[in-house]
Amino acid sequence: MHLSPAVSINKLSFAYKNRLALQEVTIEVNQGEIFGLLGPNGSGKTTLFRILSTMALPSRGQASIFGYDVGNDSEYVRRSIGVVFQSFALDKKLRVRENLFRHGQLYGLTGSLLRSRIESVLRSLGIWERKEELVETLSGGLQRRVEIAKGLLHQPKLLLMDEPSTGLDPGARIELWRILSQLRNEQKTTILLTTHILEEAERCDRLSIMDRGRVIVTGTPQQLKKSIGGDIVSVVPFDPERLTKGIRRTFKLTPKLVDGILHIEKKNGHAFLPKLVQKFPNQIRSVTVGKPTLEDVFIKYTGHAFGGAELK
Amino acid sequence: MTRTLLLPAWSLVVRELVRFVRQPARVVGIIASPILFWFVIGSGLGDSFQLPTAPPSIQYLEYFFPGTIVLIILFTSIFASISIIEDRREGFLQGVLVAPIPRSALVLGKVTGVALLAVIQGFLFLIAAPFILTNISLSIILKTTIILFLIALGLAGLGFALAWRMDSTQGFHAIMNLFLIPLWLLSGSLFPQAGAAGWISALMTINPLTYGVAAVRSILYDFQGDYTKDMPDFILCILITIGFAGLMFVLSLLAARQREQGTRLVELSNAQGGR
Repeated sequence: MHLSPAVSINKLSFAYKNRLALQEVTIEVNQGEIFGLLGPNGSGKTTLFRILSTMALPSRGQASIFGYDVGNDSEYVRRSIGVVFQSFALDKKLRVRENLFRHGQLYGLTGSLLRSRIESVLRSLGIWERKEELVETLSGGLQRRVEIAKGLLHQPKLLLMDEPSTGLDPGARIELWRILSQLRNEQKTTILLTTHILEEAERCDRLSIMDRGRVIVTGTPQQLKKSIGGDIVSVVPFDPERLTKGIRRTFKLTPKLVDGILHIEKKNGHAFLPKLVQKFPNQIRSVTVGKPTLEDVFIKYTGHAFGGAELK
Repeated sequence: MTRTLLLPAWSLVVRELVRFVRQPARVVGIIASPILFWFVIGSGLGDSFQLPTAPPSIQYLEYFFPGTIVLIILFTSIFASISIIEDRREGFLQGVLVAPIPRSALVLGKVTGVALLAVIQGFLFLIAAPFILTNISLSIILKTTIILFLIALGLAGLGFALAWRMDSTQGFHAIMNLFLIPLWLLSGSLFPQAGAAGWISALMTINPLTYGVAAVRSILYDFQGDYTKDMPDFILCILITIGFAGLMFVLSLLAARQREQGTRLVELSNAQGGR
């Protein structure tokens, strides 16, 4: 059975004044998958998130959710999405339970149905015991769970999440992914999330890599990594230019220089490594060989490093 | 309609009330200054004040009482409605904006919630009325409260419409001092229209708050005596107060309906690349 796409984005552009934040973005998200938008800060993913969550209208192009246009049919779109914001949409002066109660009423839920939904969603996120606490007294990780609980309360078919693991420690991050997988498997919820964390992107069913407002490549993490021919040999040279020339001449390979490191795509990298070191014994400070990562994919398609210090 | 408009609006009203109860310091700070104004200006001016239309027997503390309640309403409704800026900055608002509710429910919820807060605080001061004014009855206090609510709806709507597009409360202070305080100064709260210079009197005539203050004054004095002479017709006052609230609601709604729109791209190539 072929399902219509959960999200369909077609040649979407968005400009703030005359700065283009999104350029001709085209993405399709299938129902029931966890789809990631991976990109460094400023790549346009939050702008895209704002358009999909009906908060902003595009300059050009279309985006639709379950066939409904995010601009013209925002009423339908809003009914079918749950939104988890990077900066929590919680009232910190309210208790956890009160936040969910207020939110549920915005979605037309009342009475015992609302109360039982609140209980089940808080239990599944493991914060039922904290229901009477003021949100401002909770840790960032727990506030994140309340925000997710809020996004799930009305049982949306599509969950939109902007940088969901911001501020989570590694343990909480693993827990978040357990919850997301459970949602997809048990409720068949489609999940679209933005992230700048490479390990997080690895866990998505499919992802689009974004850079400077464009979608560079889309696929499963495995497909994307397979697009690199073999292993990645990373060399820290003393003189990048000299070594680049040397490698090009000797091995007929074209290293990519990114942040002072030469990246070389090579099948059987472990066999290549000793040859390289023997050929240029005095030009190499250090060298590693590894299977391609999404960061290597990013570098391959953009020619520059993934981003700033926050990635490490 | 109940489920799509009133239920979400009610939800937002309750939220305002709960927040109010959780932050008692906010309450004291806001109603203390009008009461201080009232006491100091009222006592200071004392016998120096004379109504142009009445014998000198009227004390200024008494004249200034209705104006002080309206000032409390002004302060509380404006300060509470600009919390929409905080709602936006702290993130709460974005959750409301993506909920499947009409913008009218958002405006109705916020404005009504704020107006209720203002009235509660005005009412606290109104309880002092029997000590200041003669002929005060429970029915007068209740009627006054209703009029205060109508005034508060208008002012809350005004605050909402002004604050919607702002991203910080900093800019609001200038608006408060240059626009909202004069609105109150020229409403008949501080001095009667009858004795004012021509151009001031003209400004007072076009100030919608003048009619709210006049309505409060008329009710509080039970339409009797020297206090309410030369006041606009009571029915007119009520109609203008309701009309003002309605107009402000519409302005707030128009503001809240705007969705951020990406700049139209005439020529894509003219634009710069992304960050």
